[in-house]
Amino acid sequence: MGKVNLTLLLAAVAIVIIIAIALIFPLERLGQLYSLLLIFGGLVALLLRSIFAKEVDRRIIFLFIFVAVAAPLLFPITFSEKPTAVVKAVFDRVESLPPGSTVLLSFDFDPAMAPEVQPMANAISRHCLKKGHKVIFMSLWATGQALLTQSLTNTILPEFPEKQDGIDYVNIGYKAGNEGVLNVIVSNFEKMFPTDVNSVPLGEIEIFDDIRSCRDLDFIVSFGGGLPGSKEWVLFVGDPGGVDVAAGVAAVVAPQLYPYYPAQLVGILGGVKGAAEYEFSLKETYPDLKDMDTPGLKMMGPQTLAHIVIISFIVIGNIIYFRGRRKEKGQ
Amino acid sequence: MRKVTIIVMAAVIVLFLASWILKAGAFQGEHDHYIIRGFLVTFAAFLTLAVMSFLYQDNPYYKFAEHLFVGVSAAFWMCMGFWTTIVQNLVPRLSTSLADFFEVPQRAEGLNFFFYTPVILGILLLLRLSRKIGWISRWPLAFIVGTTAGLNFIRYLRSDFIKQISSTFVPLLGRDWEGIGAFFSNLDLSATGQLVMMVSNWVIFLGVFCGLIYFYFSREHKGVFGAGSRVGIWILMITFGASFGYTVMGRISLLVGRITFLFRDWLELI
Amino acid sequence: MRRAIPLTILAVVGTVLIVSVFLPPLENLGEDFTLFFDIIAVFAFFLGGGNLVRIHFNKLWRKRKDWGFSIVTLFGFFFMLVIGLLKIGNPGGIGADPTAEGSWFQETFNYVINPLQSTMYALLAFFVASASYRAFRAKNREATLLLLAAFIILLGRTPFGVMLTAWVPESWSIAQIPNLAVWIMNSPNLAGQRAIIIGIGLGVVSMSLRLILGIERSYLGEDRG
Repeated sequence: MGKVNLTLLLAAVAIVIIIAIALIFPLERLGQLYSLLLIFGGLVALLLRSIFAKEVDRRIIFLFIFVAVAAPLLFPITFSEKPTAVVKAVFDRVESLPPGSTVLLSFDFDPAMAPEVQPMANAISRHCLKKGHKVIFMSLWATGQALLTQSLTNTILPEFPEKQDGIDYVNIGYKAGNEGVLNVIVSNFEKMFPTDVNSVPLGEIEIFDDIRSCRDLDFIVSFGGGLPGSKEWVLFVGDPGGVDVAAGVAAVVAPQLYPYYPAQLVGILGGVKGAAEYEFSLKETYPDLKDMDTPGLKMMGPQTLAHIVIISFIVIGNIIYFRGRRKEKGQ
Repeated sequence: MRKVTIIVMAAVIVLFLASWILKAGAFQGEHDHYIIRGFLVTFAAFLTLAVMSFLYQDNPYYKFAEHLFVGVSAAFWMCMGFWTTIVQNLVPRLSTSLADFFEVPQRAEGLNFFFYTPVILGILLLLRLSRKIGWISRWPLAFIVGTTAGLNFIRYLRSDFIKQISSTFVPLLGRDWEGIGAFFSNLDLSATGQLVMMVSNWVIFLGVFCGLIYFYFSREHKGVFGAGSRVGIWILMITFGASFGYTVMGRISLLVGRITFLFRDWLELI
Repeated sequence: MRRAIPLTILAVVGTVLIVSVFLPPLENLGEDFTLFFDIIAVFAFFLGGGNLVRIHFNKLWRKRKDWGFSIVTLFGFFFMLVIGLLKIGNPGGIGADPTAEGSWFQETFNYVINPLQSTMYALLAFFVASASYRAFRAKNREATLLLLAAFIILLGRTPFGVMLTAWVPESWSIAQIPNLAVWIMNSPNLAGQRAIIIGIGLGVVSMSLRLILGIERSYLGEDRG
């Protein structure tokens, strides 16, 4: 009976505290607070359960990750970013090119990488068009062309209605053949891409008046994360053609590209953090873009919380491991 | 069929229909084809949840999604390859009438019958599906392997070997070395300071060297060679740790992307 | 016939592509060979599709386990093939972009391929979390180094890492977690990745040479015709 009374008392106190907090904080802050309480309370419970050597179902672990990602999306937490040197190098290069320069943006990714790579592809496309560069869009992945259509119709072109197809930008689309495509366009665009996506001959497209091959381009950014991707752009175009190449890649491959920086790659945008840093730089430099969509920055909230949860998992796992080892030694 | 299975299936169908009706209603006025749009968003959400249901356990909804994905994506790549490469790159080089049919411009230099070669090789490749004469597909396979070998030989030698070695020879005292006096008077541990730069260059130079020692298996790893190999494995472990950190980051981003779709495009919560 | 012709094809094509880098008159031939490669790559897509259809028809015909799902695969395949090849709903006609907005092909990509593929990869987030809890143990010095590097990167790439060590003075800024994460990427990670790249690079070069010279023949299979 005493136990029940104590539980009731604790429940009553908890309800009073919850109501008090609800009255003090606005709804968004309240959501954040409760999400954090839920996650960290859960982690403590997980730690205790693990210490007492009780089995934890993998689905409980899955639930933690789901809540850690979902809660900051429902109750957004936004942060400011400080661009790192590898990202700033790309931003500065686009910024320092004189207006009218020709930049090639290659969408070499699929839906499995899109949440990370598409935000940076959109941000750099926006930056290039804002600066008045001529942009050639292409893709080495079939899925890249479909995602390019998504980006152009949903994000980029509605923001720049004055830009004209063929004069300010052109979409030459996808070609099969991976690095084979690059091996041809490094010396001859027209041979590989006789037309743009709408079957307009390259000879009739103004942007290509002075562009015969990749060697005539001012800058190339490859957005990807698989094969072919940024590495192939360096090997087959950047190095043999002497063209500056930058990479906007999924986080999984970003570490593999560091050996090419800065001699063979101008800079690297790695994962959603790279996208967030670029979006932040863009907003800082162009105040009129302050209302632009910034998926990269928005994703940093869930990203942060999920990282903390994963670090906690590793720590809890190791606590259990070392306790077990000590027990074994004791025996 | 078990009773539970029937109840779950009925619930899924009811929820699907409810979502379709609600989404179609939400799109009314926004889109011309609001009923189709409502169906598509609901179907995309259903597929997302069907794949996620695998986290609970393997089930028919996941299998449905998996099998649909295999079929649809194979056809997607085929169609893209056909329209972008066969129609645009091959057809105008082989036939003017076909080029006119597909509304692609004819080549200024005219037809090039040399381009029947890839067609023949391509058809030979398809013969792989035949058990009797499947061996003939080795010819196009040899062409594919030969092209890859020829393309990679020079590029890897130049970019991944010579340039990488050359980039490893970095000034071990840092790029802005102004003498020992200046070094000690400005000594600090700032991220852009001379000491950190110097340590970085040493780590790069020795790290690459020791990493290569670790990968050299023609000599036993003992003595000085063994010590170098041990440093190499430490460097590699840090590298793998960094890769793991980035992998976690990437995977979480993908999940954020999917949950954003569910919350924003389907449930309209955000 | 079964071995001599493929070996010759490989040697000729490989040699032409290498020599074309050094001899400009051969550049055009090198480009043509690469274009052939690109076209054959599309036939490889057809081969993949054909194989898929064969396997699933077989499964259906013999009523093997889960044969019902083969109907789903075949339906998805033929549906996508028809709307893609006939450009159904495409606002621009036969010469237009196959992925034009509004075409059934693009809509199927947006609402079927996109959610399916991205969710399949998103599942890995859950498995990475589960592995973090169950498998990553600091069992020895090497594993501890790996975990420490991973910790610093995981913290350093989030605003939480910035907040955690914002109090560290500028003269000690390398000890700030984000700076440490950048240092790890730019120094030890760079060195380790470079050692791997050089190793792989040498492997690719020697394998290419072995293929062109006809020493490496495993791609021909077991048959000794």
